[in-house]
Amino acid sequence: MVSEVHQTELLRWIVVLPLLAAAANGLLLGLLRRPLPRTGTIALSCGSVGVSFVLSFVALVQLTGLDAEDRFLVDGLHTWIGAGRFSAECSFLLDPLSAVMALLVTGVGFLIHVYSIGTMEADDREDKGFQRYFCYLNLFVFAMLVLVLGDNLVLVFLGWEGVGLCSYLLIGFWYADDRHARAGMKAFVANRVGDVGFLLGIFLLFWSLQDVGLARVAFADLREAMPALVERTVPLPAWLGFLPGAPEWRLTNVIALCFFVGAMGKSAQIPLHVWLPDAMSAPTPVSALIHAATMVTAGVYLVCRLAFLYEAAEATSLVIAWVGALTALFAACVAMAGRDLKKVLAWSTISQLGLMFLALGMGAYAAALFHVVTHAFMKALLFLGAGSVILALDHEQDIDRMGGLRAVLPWTHRMFGVGVVALAGAPYMAGFFSKDAMLMAVRHAEVPGHEALFAIGLLVSGLTAFYICRLHLRVFHGEYRGRGGKRREFHEPGQLILIPLGILALLSMFGGLLLGPSAAFVPFVPSEDPDSFGRFLEPLLGRTEHAATDAEHWGLAASATSIALAGGALAWLAARRPGLPQALAPLRAPLGRVLAPLRRSGRAVTATARTGFHVDALYDVALVRPLYWLADVVLRRGVEQRVIDGALVHGSARTVRALADGALRHLQTGLVQNYLLWIAVGALVVVGWLLR
Amino acid sequence: MSEALLTWVVFLPLASVVGLALLHGSLVAFGLSRGLPDVLWRWLALAATVVTFGMSVALAAGYDATDTAFQFVAHRPWLPRWGIHYFVGLDGVGLAMLLLTTFLVPLVLIGSWTGYSRRKGYLMHVLVLETGALGAFASLNLFQFYVFFEALLVPMVFLIGVFGGPLRVRAAIKFFLFTLAGSVLFLVALLVLAVLQQQQFGGVNFDLVAVSGIPLPPILETRVPTVQAPWWQQQTWLFAACALAFAVKIPLVPLHTWLPDAHVEAPTGGSVLLAGVLLKLGAFGFVRVALPLFPVAAQQFAPVLAVVALVGILYGALLAMVQSDLKKLVAYTSISHLGFVVLGLFALNVEGLQGGILQMVNHGLSTGALFLLVGMIAERRDTREIAAFGGVAKPMPVFALFLVLITMSSIGVPMLNGFVGEFLVLLGAFERSAAVGAAATVGVVLAAIVMLSMLRRVLFGPVENPENRGLIDLDRRERAVLVAFVIPIVWIGVHPATLLRRVEPSILELLRVMDVRARASAAESEASASESSGSEAPEADGSSATVPGAAGQRARWLAAATAPAGRPEPAR
Repeated sequence: MVSEVHQTELLRWIVVLPLLAAAANGLLLGLLRRPLPRTGTIALSCGSVGVSFVLSFVALVQLTGLDAEDRFLVDGLHTWIGAGRFSAECSFLLDPLSAVMALLVTGVGFLIHVYSIGTMEADDREDKGFQRYFCYLNLFVFAMLVLVLGDNLVLVFLGWEGVGLCSYLLIGFWYADDRHARAGMKAFVANRVGDVGFLLGIFLLFWSLQDVGLARVAFADLREAMPALVERTVPLPAWLGFLPGAPEWRLTNVIALCFFVGAMGKSAQIPLHVWLPDAMSAPTPVSALIHAATMVTAGVYLVCRLAFLYEAAEATSLVIAWVGALTALFAACVAMAGRDLKKVLAWSTISQLGLMFLALGMGAYAAALFHVVTHAFMKALLFLGAGSVILALDHEQDIDRMGGLRAVLPWTHRMFGVGVVALAGAPYMAGFFSKDAMLMAVRHAEVPGHEALFAIGLLVSGLTAFYICRLHLRVFHGEYRGRGGKRREFHEPGQLILIPLGILALLSMFGGLLLGPSAAFVPFVPSEDPDSFGRFLEPLLGRTEHAATDAEHWGLAASATSIALAGGALAWLAARRPGLPQALAPLRAPLGRVLAPLRRSGRAVTATARTGFHVDALYDVALVRPLYWLADVVLRRGVEQRVIDGALVHGSARTVRALADGALRHLQTGLVQNYLLWIAVGALVVVGWLLR
Repeated sequence: MSEALLTWVVFLPLASVVGLALLHGSLVAFGLSRGLPDVLWRWLALAATVVTFGMSVALAAGYDATDTAFQFVAHRPWLPRWGIHYFVGLDGVGLAMLLLTTFLVPLVLIGSWTGYSRRKGYLMHVLVLETGALGAFASLNLFQFYVFFEALLVPMVFLIGVFGGPLRVRAAIKFFLFTLAGSVLFLVALLVLAVLQQQQFGGVNFDLVAVSGIPLPPILETRVPTVQAPWWQQQTWLFAACALAFAVKIPLVPLHTWLPDAHVEAPTGGSVLLAGVLLKLGAFGFVRVALPLFPVAAQQFAPVLAVVALVGILYGALLAMVQSDLKKLVAYTSISHLGFVVLGLFALNVEGLQGGILQMVNHGLSTGALFLLVGMIAERRDTREIAAFGGVAKPMPVFALFLVLITMSSIGVPMLNGFVGEFLVLLGAFERSAAVGAAATVGVVLAAIVMLSMLRRVLFGPVENPENRGLIDLDRRERAVLVAFVIPIVWIGVHPATLLRRVEPSILELLRVMDVRARASAAESEASASESSGSEAPEADGSSATVPGAAGQRARWLAAATAPAGRPEPAR
């Protein structure tokens, strides 16, 4: 299959430039304590990411110049880890999939770097944080590029952990606040749990392939080796006999499940979702870049990258679909109740990622990736808009203390509005096309239970419209509810913040059209090249074959749009709380009596939802406390101090002393006759043994 | 030249101690009552260790990674009557350990430059310890290995007992008794081996590999029975004795309780050497002695030791989680790390062994640096209680940078050294047993919890204790020491081939020797089984039945050694 290797040295520069910038910033500041002037830091970090973006674009042009079946560029550097039968190269691969991701990372990354200049300059909390911030941010871009361009699983794992590390550093960026430090640690540990799955996946894959003599970890080789694995099974241990499919599971299912655990950690799927809402203590541009547009989509990327594996793992794919659907629903419910501007967006991200996994589980890899791209535009826009609100309001994040900001932040309001409309799935906006592609794939999947999954998907798109419209109305419309009512003092942020916002708003509007929507919409869409995105990725991700007619597309679009409209209308009602019409005035009192308990329980539900349905507390009680109890009470005080040191070590010392004191001491009589007697007895024993 | 070089590396530290003492003494004798000034002691001792490191780098540069034989060998009679020779040489494993040791010692001296390095006794003990460790890592004579292995104990006990904290004597005694108990078992195993060799070849030769001119075969050719012998001659028991001795040194749970005490009481430099060098001797003993000599028993015990290592990984991490003393926390993570080392070794495949050996180096670097960092902050505040800190990143940003970086190395973040070692260990362990490999992978999560919560409590959060507000950040000397640690940490993370390439042939050779010896044992036990079933009355004394005349055995060995398939003889 690999007919010809197109070597290029371009790829290493795409990856290394941000690393060099991070190293320069980091060494100067961290070790030598010689902070660069701000312009120097800006030039280094924004410049490096900008150049990376341009180089990625050049690489993309090179790539499209090749035949469709033969589209990959390789840049091999050296053998990173080589031991015995194992070898992992440091080698980068650009194919359509990684090209999309690399452009996304460097493009959105560049915009957010520029935006960051504005916000970090306006931020007065930390005087030396500027350079440190850009150092981490560059390091993140580097790690993310390794993740998407790595040509083997181990190199991808390097990026995978690397982005986790940067996320940790940036969540705890304002480390003087203990909550931030805790949130960072929570993110790292939750990601590590996922990483265990990733590592086990690598081990299992490697040793299974070793059995057939194809031990490799590079993607191209894995793809070729797949047929050798498809038929193999793994016996389950007896105590797992209750699981479906016991006593044997297909190997591909097990491996795919391991990697999915990794994806769950990084992409915040249930039950490893708990870190993402807390991660919002990072600076807002970081939330936009890492916790919305790029890093959290790494799980989706991984599944797409291993699409050949997941295609041979039906059972795991079904699990992915259900986990995704439930996560989407769960997170959307929490988002509806949220009060913290950034946390609502975080839950929304979790929910949208859930939708992507739903599509992945149905085999619609290209559709999910399409949504990764459009979601990156929309969510980055929303986060950056939120960031400019938060900045204007002097770090206020509670939407109950906002309202009516439309008048003072007109541009932010408009841009944020574009993001809201796009995410809600208004026709022809970016989110519309990708959501349509995903839901259509779910509808036409030949999998048991796909109707239920489709229903959940539709419901979630309605809830999405509700919570995002609610957010917009609470922030920008109505009356200002903040302290002191000094809203006149707020003013629009500077150009450096508005320009990236504007570009992202344009992308959220026209991004879907640019990437080529489904052919069904062509008569009404000025697209020369329908579904070009899907066809570009076809050699890697396959084509979602479903026989959806144009009418079905339109039907789905109509129903999704009306559900979204209903959601938006509900949000409007909830925000405005219009009074009853005059004619029904006599009914007010009885209605109130009937509705009072409902209202009370509604408030209780809202309060529960706001905590994320107490999952954090549950983990604390069920995992964290028992673990510390085990370590402290059972192991440290019990095993270590009582048994090992107490009974064994000191016990044997005491025994020796007691023996010496009680018995042996009496042998030391000091009488020479006694000693002679013992010598004689001893000599006799020795002689007797020798003569035996 | 190459023959002398290794000997120079091993003995230069000791020689410089002797030289300095003589110089000091003669100055006193000539009427200078102060003798050699302390400043000169310090500088000369440092110079000696730096030169030692330089020469060991020269050794590494001259090491031929394609050659599986021991290199830089030197062989001199010592007590030839008993087969005890001065015999040194390096393979990849020895080279890695040698480099680690010679790298750490100068940094230890610089690390305590303004503290204990001002005291002559401290310098002397550190340098004697260096020679002891280097001698053990370079030994190719089993008895000589034992001598160095033991000699090392003395300076370490003094480092703890003289220069340690308030409970130093108690900790030193505990440390001494634990390791001595282990060593006695090792000595017994050694003597039994000598007896076996005497029975089979009519003489004793403790050399590990053959040397031209020595008529007796090396001790590695001694057949250690697996069946049909008194119990104390069987591989199982001999391996168990060695394993116990080495397990105390490593240490493996539950023989570890001396370690936290020793670390807590030891001075910073002592802790660095204890973690970086001394603990490695146990694991090194497995590689150099126990695995090649008793391959059948090693295979039998491998699952047991893997589980013990796994328990150590999890147990060490869990206990580290609930420590309130910074140094104790690092000591327990040390136990967890060494669990990874042993897990890798007893995967008994190339990947696991390579990972285990790499992890030995990694542990020396990252834990050594962690102890130094703990020492630096403890020195400033006169306490190691984690609760006394908080928000230290604010007054000490450079310290924070290094602590975060070394922590990341310790918990195995890719691009730094810890990841490569851990990955290979887990990969190797996974092949042997998926369940053990998977369970050990969970240790990676625990390590993250332990170390990150330590970071959070020490570095982050508000500065609540006013004493932390005025902390002074690291000075140039301290920064230089830490930078010296960071360079190999990053290097190994990015380009581990530098080490792996040199270690791999030695590992393959080790596995080959184990395989050959295991086959021979298997053939023998088959033969003896058929023999005993064939003859109605098996001999009461099993050894005389299975051991043919010593002369015949020796002739057979000589024939095998000259055959082309035999082990290549090291050039003299």
